[in-house]
Amino acid sequence: MNWTLALPEIVLAVIGLAILIIGVLLKRDAVTTCTMLTIGGFVVAFMLVLNGGQGTGFNGQFIADGFSSYSKLLILAGASLAAILSIDFNHKQGIERFEFPVVMLLAVVGMMVMVSASNLMTLYLGLELQSLSLYVLAAFARDDLRSSEAGLKYFVLGGLASGLLLYGISLVYGFSGTMDFAKLASVLTNPLSASPGVIVGMVFVLVGLAFKVSAVPFHMWTPDVYEGAPTSVTVFFATAPKVAAMSLLMRVMCGPFGHLLAAWQSLIVIVSIASMVLGAFAAIGQSNIKRLMAYSSIANMGYALAGLAIGNADGVRGVLVYMTIYVFVAAGTFACIIAMRRQGRAVEQISDLAGLSTHDPLLAGLLSIFMFSMAGIPLLAGFFGKLYVFLAVVNAGLWTLAIVGVLSSVVGAYYYIRIIKVMYFDAPSPAFDARAPSLSFVAAVTGLFTLLFFVFPAPVVDAANVAAQAIFK
Amino acid sequence: MGFPLLSLITWLPMVGAAIILSIRGDEKTVASNARWTALWTTLIVLIVSLVIWVKFDRTSAGFQFVENVPWLPEYKVGYKMGVDGISVLFVLLSTVLTPICILASWESIQTKVREYMVAFLILETMMVGMFCAMDFIVFYMFFEAVLIPMYLIIGVWGGPRRVYAAVKFFLFTLTGSVLMLLALLAMWVQAGTTDIPTLMHTSFSAGMQTWLFLAFFASFAVKVPMWPVHTWLPDAHVEAPTAGSVILAGVLLKMGAYGFIRFSIPMLPLASAQFAPFIYTLSVVAVIYTSLVALAQEDMKKLIAYSSVAHMGVVTIGLFTFNEQGIQGGLFMMLSHGVVSAALFLIVGVVYDRIHSREIARYGGLADRMPGYAFAFMLFAMASVGLPGTAGFVGEFLVILGALQVNFWLAILGGAGMILGAAYTLYLYRRVIFGRLTREDLMHIMDLSPREWAVFVPLIVLTMWMGIYPSSFTGFWDASVAAMVKQHTAALLETTKLAGVMH
Repeated sequence: MNWTLALPEIVLAVIGLAILIIGVLLKRDAVTTCTMLTIGGFVVAFMLVLNGGQGTGFNGQFIADGFSSYSKLLILAGASLAAILSIDFNHKQGIERFEFPVVMLLAVVGMMVMVSASNLMTLYLGLELQSLSLYVLAAFARDDLRSSEAGLKYFVLGGLASGLLLYGISLVYGFSGTMDFAKLASVLTNPLSASPGVIVGMVFVLVGLAFKVSAVPFHMWTPDVYEGAPTSVTVFFATAPKVAAMSLLMRVMCGPFGHLLAAWQSLIVIVSIASMVLGAFAAIGQSNIKRLMAYSSIANMGYALAGLAIGNADGVRGVLVYMTIYVFVAAGTFACIIAMRRQGRAVEQISDLAGLSTHDPLLAGLLSIFMFSMAGIPLLAGFFGKLYVFLAVVNAGLWTLAIVGVLSSVVGAYYYIRIIKVMYFDAPSPAFDARAPSLSFVAAVTGLFTLLFFVFPAPVVDAANVAAQAIFK
Repeated sequence: MGFPLLSLITWLPMVGAAIILSIRGDEKTVASNARWTALWTTLIVLIVSLVIWVKFDRTSAGFQFVENVPWLPEYKVGYKMGVDGISVLFVLLSTVLTPICILASWESIQTKVREYMVAFLILETMMVGMFCAMDFIVFYMFFEAVLIPMYLIIGVWGGPRRVYAAVKFFLFTLTGSVLMLLALLAMWVQAGTTDIPTLMHTSFSAGMQTWLFLAFFASFAVKVPMWPVHTWLPDAHVEAPTAGSVILAGVLLKMGAYGFIRFSIPMLPLASAQFAPFIYTLSVVAVIYTSLVALAQEDMKKLIAYSSVAHMGVVTIGLFTFNEQGIQGGLFMMLSHGVVSAALFLIVGVVYDRIHSREIARYGGLADRMPGYAFAFMLFAMASVGLPGTAGFVGEFLVILGALQVNFWLAILGGAGMILGAAYTLYLYRRVIFGRLTREDLMHIMDLSPREWAVFVPLIVLTMWMGIYPSSFTGFWDASVAAMVKQHTAALLETTKLAGVMH
């Protein structure tokens, strides 16, 4: 039993427990200290993942390979950005509690277990640790009706999804006799002899995971939860859990069920097309920017799923590049959204951005970089995400997917440039309050990443390539 | 690899933009510093680009000043820059027009001057980079990125319906481009590289060529623009600030035609030949229909916008004749239209700055008060009509010669544009310049200022030079065009032979 493979998770969990004790003991300034310690914990885990060994541990329950390392690094980066953003927002909203970073940290431990799962049971444990923490976070502003509603909605629907997932796992186990990914793959080597029970189970597993990445038609919770949850939580929802769930989906579909490609490919294609189209069209009518970002994330997951639909290393590489860029762009966008405060109150209507370029050219400039990037306009990072996904899609000859994808990206571009239009072309509304340095920091870092990604794309793409190869070994 | 001259002129404007962004101080200082920095940056770029004019080897058909830096080595995508006879003059056209635009916006832009100048410098980087790109991915990135500054230029500094125009421009162009992106990816997958010279010598199967051609067509036809996807152009032109219209007409419209001559025709010879009648039809409709529409316009900018569609129709006829005269004529027409229509938009901008109206009926009898203006206007109007001795004539004449070799009626109908062009241009000129000066405010209108003369003199010189001594321009692309025509004929012959063997 090689327990050192799980060192990053173990260390992070212990740090979380320690922070919990520190938070209780400290009387003043507990929140800032705990958040800083959490970010410190993420950094430590980041280092451990970077230098960690590879292999399978815990009797085949847990795997550490290039793929899991890549996803974990991305999850930790996204969570760190979200943690930095939470400091200022929670303080100003009066929901400052030291439990916040701790719950976030536990969710991250769950995600790291998810991406390292090599057994359906580990998968479920990680997923539940993550989900339970996220339910708590969604309802974190417990005196706020919208937040409690978001938490409850997420809990009920998430519980249903977990139930479906578990049911699917039990079917797969019942019909194949194993929950181990490697053994499942060898049992299912010949897709023709696969029992229908396994296929039904696989579809249930797919549904449960599609819920977590908020793909159509399992997306219903997303807009309400995104809008209702405190923005500091929404930014977390939009980044790290998406990476974890998408990585898990790739691992499960390409690993144990890899030989059943013919059975699940059309499902993913349909889900992907539906997500891209619905995300693009439903966002047009939104006036709340958090809701708009919810639909935007649905569309973005649609593009990522398009890469997964191919089911080969090319596609997985495209998805990883896509998710990397998505995490940074989404974190930057939410940094700008959190900066939208007027007279001490958070505002979240798109019309509140009117004329932002007059009062705060820097913020307007950064937000337009993120919006153009989401729209996939070249030189900005978002274009490369789409480029690698569509390269793989075209290579596989899935033309319907490719054509629907690029056309819905044009529809998507409409609402992204509408935000730029509001900021630049409309008459100014009153200025926002001064920005906190932490927000400017996150927005500037992610903005520079988005702007300058085109200069050196090779390191990210190469790393994603290595990670993608690891799944198919 | 020698000195990276092309990268220098591509990225130098970005340096200027960074300097402008770092200026601190009150609004007035910032505005004045931004103007001067932008002007000097673009002038330096112009001077450096003249080195290319001097050192370019006109006898060679290949790419020159080539730079190659690995960028995504595993996927055989490089940051590869180079110019051949076809692209070199468009690089120069971009670098000539940008300082003129900066100068033309000197007084008319008073709000957000810093952002305006930054947008123009970014635009210059994208335009020059696009014409220099020797890698399809790099080309696409510059091609598409032009949307960002142009969207902002129309939307922020435009007229009353600017939002509608900007969004329409953005979405029309983007829709075409994403389809081209798919075609690009398909070629990438097929050929394993996106290097343009290699792609030119890669033969794609006939079925694939058809689809690729249609996808390219979706992008380039919108950009040219060809009838019936031209409707974004009048809106964008009318609402854009003067300098925005100048760049739009002068350079951005050329990007579509450049795409046809750089990608569609050499890379997809079979599909190009197959679709040529289709292109002719659309072009002839564009020439005749938009000329008639132009006759009915009440707005000066809209009239010139429609005339641009008609002129670009002649360009596409020329390019798709696949013979030397036609292609040379098309290229020449692109250049001359770039200079002349840009000048005409500047001409409109002059009176718009003074009276703030573009309505033709609002003017009349300007010749009395503004003789210098009347002279410049007449010169460019004549060039637009295609009077011999001006830039417009050479291109149209060559295109008609080329079209005659293809089909008599094509030449006649394409040539009809010259007659109709004379009608609407002279009609415009008569209504604005001649007649009696009746309006009160026109009694005190001032003639061209020295700054405005500085804008027009280079354009006047260019217009006359291109008309009187065209071979100093055609000399650049003689070799390239000859090589292209040869390759095209060979590719077609190859297929006919193959078909002969099969039967």
